[in-house]
Amino acid sequence: MRMLTFAKRNTKEILRDPLTVFFGLGFPLVLILLLSAIQANIPVELFEIERLAPGITVFGLAFMTLFSATIIAKDRGTSLLQRLYTTPLTPMDFILGYTLPIVPISVAQSVICYIAAIILGLDITVNILYAVVFIIPVSVLYISIGLLCGSVFTDKQVGGICGALLTNLSAWLSGVWFDLDLVGGAFKKIAYALPFVHAVELERAVLTGDFGGVFPHLWWVLGYSVVILILAVLLFLKQMKKQ
Amino acid sequence: MYAIKIEGLTKKYKDVVAVDNLSLSVCKGELFSLLGVNGAGKTTTIKMLSCLTKPTGGDAFLNGKSICKESAAVKSLIAVSPQETAVAPGLSVLENLELMCGVHGFTKNKQNAKIAELTELLGLKSVIKKKAGKLSGGWQRRLSIAMALISEPEILFLDEPTLGLDVLARSDLWDIIRSLKGTVTIILTTHYMEEAEALSDRIAIMKDGRLLICDTADKIKKTAGTDNFEQAFIRYARGVAK
Repeated sequence: MRMLTFAKRNTKEILRDPLTVFFGLGFPLVLILLLSAIQANIPVELFEIERLAPGITVFGLAFMTLFSATIIAKDRGTSLLQRLYTTPLTPMDFILGYTLPIVPISVAQSVICYIAAIILGLDITVNILYAVVFIIPVSVLYISIGLLCGSVFTDKQVGGICGALLTNLSAWLSGVWFDLDLVGGAFKKIAYALPFVHAVELERAVLTGDFGGVFPHLWWVLGYSVVILILAVLLFLKQMKKQ
Repeated sequence: MYAIKIEGLTKKYKDVVAVDNLSLSVCKGELFSLLGVNGAGKTTTIKMLSCLTKPTGGDAFLNGKSICKESAAVKSLIAVSPQETAVAPGLSVLENLELMCGVHGFTKNKQNAKIAELTELLGLKSVIKKKAGKLSGGWQRRLSIAMALISEPEILFLDEPTLGLDVLARSDLWDIIRSLKGTVTIILTTHYMEEAEALSDRIAIMKDGRLLICDTADKIKKTAGTDNFEQAFIRYARGVAK
């Protein structure tokens, strides 16, 4: 109950920021429309809607990292967290309260992306529903990265690191914008050692109904999610004690 | 009966001693002010008493509960209105109050009653639907105090509650603080000498983490050999009076 009250507050703070609504829900939509328009004129296999839609859906989650990092960093920058630390809220209430509100926003974002993809020619199958379900663990990964950054950086630093650097890095290393085989070598090895490309390939496998192809990507995503979430919790607790 | 009993409270940060072997007592229902120049240790003392920072030495007992060993029990007794205005800027005044009711686990009926009571007490009715982030500094301070009072604390910490407010807003807040006297034990930190003198039952002056004197404003003036409280404070802070 206490945690849900805190989560409700965080949901309101996030959704009442018009930039959040634009970047979180609108920007991936713009990208999917733009790249589909390019695909219509200059066909590229990578931008076929069956491959593009899951990629953009995962890329859009980079904004969830930004949202979660921003709200924690902003709260740390004001005395609100200090006030809340003196209430009966437990550390777990704080972590869940920051994480849970962003999961439905992530799901809503992926639903919007897939609806746009259907309009642009994606076949309607039950796999779309599964793809939306599988976006949940992927969203936890991106939210955890946000919790981690928000626990360490100030809100201004978060804007640069999560808003620019991480958004670009996660895009380049995800295989959404270009085929990683085209670059190959160390770049490809680094990309496959990180979770972003695995998140995209996981979504692509689910959307095409290749459920065997979900593995090992799901393990990569879950593994990174757990490790980053634990790190984020530890850093958040450290910040809490520093107060 | 003591609301707060501090025994040798110490806080060290590496080589810096922020609070040095502080011992004092505050009676129930008393309005007690902590004064000192910047870095005197006032905010660190409040942070330790409100279980936000662990002491490196000593202990304090709030209504008999140790801040070192019974922090959960202490947290249920206290509320803090921090130095900066601690409100959720994207929420309305009403939603901020509901947030505090929710984190304290109030039922819907208790929530409604408490919000109605505090809205009346702090005169928040005219801004109840406005976003907290859009309010002036004075209104945000009122809201901040209302949020602190939600949990019906037995001990309330007000850390520089009137900092940066204009004369009228400060006067309004003084009235509110006066109205709480006797029912809640209040620990106030402030840089405004006239505020401490006007509101406090007793005043402690700190410097470099140490307690210089703890008494009523009149006795502090008398000991310092002046009839002006600000002058008395300056004499203590400069080491002229002892």
